[in-house]
Amino acid sequence: MASLLEKIRPQFWDTDSDAGAGKSLFNYRRIWRFAIILLVLVALIPLMVMAFIDYNVTRHSLESENLLRTARTTSNTRRSVAYFLDERTKALEFLVHDQGIAALRNNGNLAKVLASLQQSFGGFVDIGVIDDRGRQIAYIGPYDLLGRDYSGQEGFATTMAHGTYISRVFLGFRDEPHLVVSRKVRDSRSGEDYILRATLDTDQFNSILTQLDLPGGGDAFVVDRDGVIQTPSKEHGSLLTRVDLAIPGYSDTTRVEQVRGRDGVEYTVGYAYIHDTPFIVLVVKRTRELMMPLQTIRMELLWILITSIVVILLVIVGVATYLVNKVYIADQTRARTLHRMEHTNRMASIGRLAAGVAHEINNPLAIINEKAGLIRDLFVYKQEYANDERLLGNIDSIINSVTRCGKITKRLLSFARHIDVEMDEIEFKDLANEVIDFLRKEAEYRSITIDMDIPEKLPPFISDRGKLQQIFLNLVNNAFQAMNDGGHLSITARETACDQLVFTVEDDGCGIPEADIKRIFDPFFSTKKKTGGTGLGLSITYGLVQELGGSMAVESEVGTGTTFTIIMPLKGTKPEDKTDKA
Amino acid sequence: MKVLLVDDEVELVSAMAERLGFRDVDADWTDNGESALAMADKTAYDVAVLDMKMPRLSGLELMERLAEKHPDMKFIFLSGHGSEADFKAGCAAGCNYLIKPIQLEDLVALIRKVAA
Repeated sequence: MASLLEKIRPQFWDTDSDAGAGKSLFNYRRIWRFAIILLVLVALIPLMVMAFIDYNVTRHSLESENLLRTARTTSNTRRSVAYFLDERTKALEFLVHDQGIAALRNNGNLAKVLASLQQSFGGFVDIGVIDDRGRQIAYIGPYDLLGRDYSGQEGFATTMAHGTYISRVFLGFRDEPHLVVSRKVRDSRSGEDYILRATLDTDQFNSILTQLDLPGGGDAFVVDRDGVIQTPSKEHGSLLTRVDLAIPGYSDTTRVEQVRGRDGVEYTVGYAYIHDTPFIVLVVKRTRELMMPLQTIRMELLWILITSIVVILLVIVGVATYLVNKVYIADQTRARTLHRMEHTNRMASIGRLAAGVAHEINNPLAIINEKAGLIRDLFVYKQEYANDERLLGNIDSIINSVTRCGKITKRLLSFARHIDVEMDEIEFKDLANEVIDFLRKEAEYRSITIDMDIPEKLPPFISDRGKLQQIFLNLVNNAFQAMNDGGHLSITARETACDQLVFTVEDDGCGIPEADIKRIFDPFFSTKKKTGGTGLGLSITYGLVQELGGSMAVESEVGTGTTFTIIMPLKGTKPEDKTDKA
Repeated sequence: MKVLLVDDEVELVSAMAERLGFRDVDADWTDNGESALAMADKTAYDVAVLDMKMPRLSGLELMERLAEKHPDMKFIFLSGHGSEADFKAGCAAGCNYLIKPIQLEDLVALIRKVAA
């Protein structure tokens, strides 16, 4: 897990915002975070808003569609039920006009009438005639009801008053749900009022409702105005009990309402009052089941939303990381170039100073040299003091010291001179010796052993002496800093088969931890920041090696030591290619 | 064998001439280019040892003017600046030069070599 994190962690992640010698670098992580947050907001907010709006619009349209559909079903049902009842009332009315009351009072004729009614309309159970005192004076049907008194019943009074009457469904004394349709008949001859009364079984009536095809666990039934269930209901109570839904007040038109049932379930209920009857048609559907399609839409919407968000986030994070990393790399490159330039400039100044000093010192040195030589010559050639060993010894030591000074100034001059880019033929052994000479004193003080294993027969190669010196000096200096007193430094050089020179600088110092090893060539990476390291040494060295067309590698083990390996092409690039100015 | 030493440092050049004398090299010296030209007109020198950097007339210029008049004359340069690149820029390959401070024995050997 940690190694995976290590692998995908972008380069800029570990930079200190204020790191770098005098360079104010950006806080890349902040830029990265800012970019991501901004992009996420810009990309996701419209998406969310769109999804939300879409969801609401869909829900709204689904809801209104459901209400409309329920209203339509309710209206149609109302029409069917009303038509059914109307048809039967009209049938009675037709009988009255067609037959007249005298014919209807005749039982034989009445039996024929009932038979034809049953044949043509169906649903008629019995038929009877009641006189104005409420006594049944004629009756044809399965029960023995002749002479029964109906004057106390609600239907009698209503029919007398209004002409027609449709009863609610009731069990009556037959214990069979039925309803009664009655019609007032006036005997034109005697002027007496009679009532033609027919009983309908509820089968036909019920089938109108049960045949309705209702989606979503729908239920269609009829209740009377008190809410007593008149036809079988699937879910809302048994026949002739009160329905478990609230009944709204009378309305001419169909109404649809969202009602919460007694069991807490939400229902979409269509109500329609049927004119001139006690009936109300109820079409009840479960809102939840009606809204089922919304569930599917919502899931789809959610999936699309989640997928989009994930893809957008991935893309944003990827792009932001990529870009910030590019910026980081560009900054690093710029800083590195700047530093190299600064460094080169500084070196050039030091070089000019050194050259000036060396030159000024060289002339007096030459004079001292000549004068001392002359004195020596005088002694030797004139034979005057030839035997004075002490004087001769003194003069020799003057001459030796001058020679030493001369070596130093010559080295200074050669150092200064090679700040200028200059391709030279180089014997690697000489170069290594020159560099080591600079550090030999320090090595002696610290009793560091330096082993050089450079074969005599290395072919000379064309390269920039100054840069090579600097590369070599940096590596040896690094090794010195890594080692304790009494360490071993080993320098080897070999020619490879493919025209390359491989040289290694190996120390037995503290080594470099694995975590740092891939960053040691980064500019500003330093483990010695507190002691004034700039983190530039190895990066400059690396840059120089690259400039000279070589490559550089490092191997290290903590506590055992570090080996730097540099591979230089033996066939140097042409001097014209290198036009860096000091 | 006659040798002409030219260097703007009188102390240096006089001592050098005297030392060369000890080693059987007959050397005249002067501290400027103009007198060197005059001396060369009077005496036939085999070898001229010139300092690279001198006021007014530099070593290279002096060499050109001497070589014009005395085609057989050989030249050795002394340089305190030590820039081989500068030197090579103005001097054809095969020029002889020594960087100051010099070992007199090196100079004597070089003189004998070029004169031979």
